[in-house]
Amino acid sequence: MTALLELRGVDAAYGATAVLRSVTIEVPEGGMVALLGANGAGKTTTLRAICNMGVRVRGEIRLAGQRIDGQPTESIARRGIGHVPEGRGTFLSLTVEENLRLGAYLRRDRGVAGDLTRVFGYFPVLKKRLHQQAGTLSGGEQQMLAIGRALMSRPRLLLLDEPSFGLAPILVQEIFRILKVINQEERMSILLVEQNARLALELVGQVFLLETGQVVASGSPQQIGADEAVRRAYLGQ
Amino acid sequence: MQAFWHQLLSGLAMGSTYASVALALVMIFKATHQVNFAQGELAMFSTYVAFWLTGAGVPYWAAFLITLSFSFVAGLAIERILMRRIQHASPLTAVIVFIGLLVIFNSMAGWIFSATTQVFPSPFDGPHAWYGSVYLSPHEVGMIGMTLVVLTIVFVFFRFTRLGLAMRAAAENPQSSRLVGIRVGWMLALGWGLASALGAVAGMMAAPKLGLEPNMMGGVILYGFAAALLGGIDNPWGAPIGGFIVGVLENLAGAYLVGSHLKQTLALAVIVAVLVFKPSGLFGRTVVVRV
Repeated sequence: MTALLELRGVDAAYGATAVLRSVTIEVPEGGMVALLGANGAGKTTTLRAICNMGVRVRGEIRLAGQRIDGQPTESIARRGIGHVPEGRGTFLSLTVEENLRLGAYLRRDRGVAGDLTRVFGYFPVLKKRLHQQAGTLSGGEQQMLAIGRALMSRPRLLLLDEPSFGLAPILVQEIFRILKVINQEERMSILLVEQNARLALELVGQVFLLETGQVVASGSPQQIGADEAVRRAYLGQ
Repeated sequence: MQAFWHQLLSGLAMGSTYASVALALVMIFKATHQVNFAQGELAMFSTYVAFWLTGAGVPYWAAFLITLSFSFVAGLAIERILMRRIQHASPLTAVIVFIGLLVIFNSMAGWIFSATTQVFPSPFDGPHAWYGSVYLSPHEVGMIGMTLVVLTIVFVFFRFTRLGLAMRAAAENPQSSRLVGIRVGWMLALGWGLASALGAVAGMMAAPKLGLEPNMMGGVILYGFAAALLGGIDNPWGAPIGGFIVGVLENLAGAYLVGSHLKQTLALAVIVAVLVFKPSGLFGRTVVVRV
């Protein structure tokens, strides 16, 4: 498999505060990869570094072989990375429909209406809330809206920052089930950042484990899940 | 009674100018949380450009459109060249830059076009103007109509076009906007261009009534602030309504309450009253947030 996204020896810092040190990660084309680690390990910073959002980055970041590090965030989005950011990034005063249409901002093709239907297929509740102000949605609904917004751009690679954050367990399972469908049926590559390691391990093909800004382990979920130290530290077993 | 209706309706006419200026202020405020003190002087300078063009023999509506393009480009350029350099500076820096722009445009107008008051033509006056009456002069009818048309165009643009939606998105959440591929910097510049063109319309509509001179917009911008605050500085729908209300208040109070010399004090009184009693304005919207 060829790598769609490659980070090679990436350092990242907020101002003078170094957060990532020599991080090397790969997401294969069509793959689903999880980035796990404790709070403050640098998971969100890794995603922010990929999209050049307010972090200073050194090292190489490639999308489909082409360097994207140092480019403005909007250009990286234009190259096909959809990012569901920490905090969901909802346009609170706009309607649900406007939020979704913004996801398709870059697209000029006629498939937008069809993709709206597709998103409603995954998240029927969004259709019911279509003309409501997005700020009035519940946390779970806003998470669905954020994923829907990212899907509307038909990205090659979807970055998800803790989609389970603050949601009821049943909703988390539903969202993870949908992510699996998106990955398998639409062949969309996904890089998932999660606190909920156990759920993530069931879902993905490969795992990278971050600790204080460094990748300390990587491998298949089976390998990672079998590692005694990892289990104790991250899976609470 | 006729005098009362005359005062009220011509208040709406001047109010239409305040409405445009207030909307221009709100557009920039929504996107940058800065209040553009130079908005009025920019409008005045644009009006001088129109004056110069009509003086050179360009037909009125052609001059009108050229002036709109000029002020759009000028607004765009100010944002791209000047404002973006100070976007991370303290709010006070922006205030100083705005005051600087105000002084520069004011002095440049006096320097280039002379400081004496000029008679600015109205496209609505003349023998064909059947729509004038004892209540409203043809020009006043025209300025109200023109403002309503312009406001409608602006709202349709923001409500129904892809670019308008992107501009609203960029104003509300720059980071998420970048993530969906919107060039936020250009959206801000576009907002400046539109606001500046809107101001130019206000200037060209007000000039036949006020007389064109470098300080023409001094009073208007004050009423514009009052209007924007009254309608809700965060609310693009409220600002124009605030403009019409302030225009009517100004005229009625000038005629029956405080006299024409104290009229401008009224604008300040409105500003103070809104800030003290209802800072969000009459139509200030609160965004409902659930977490």
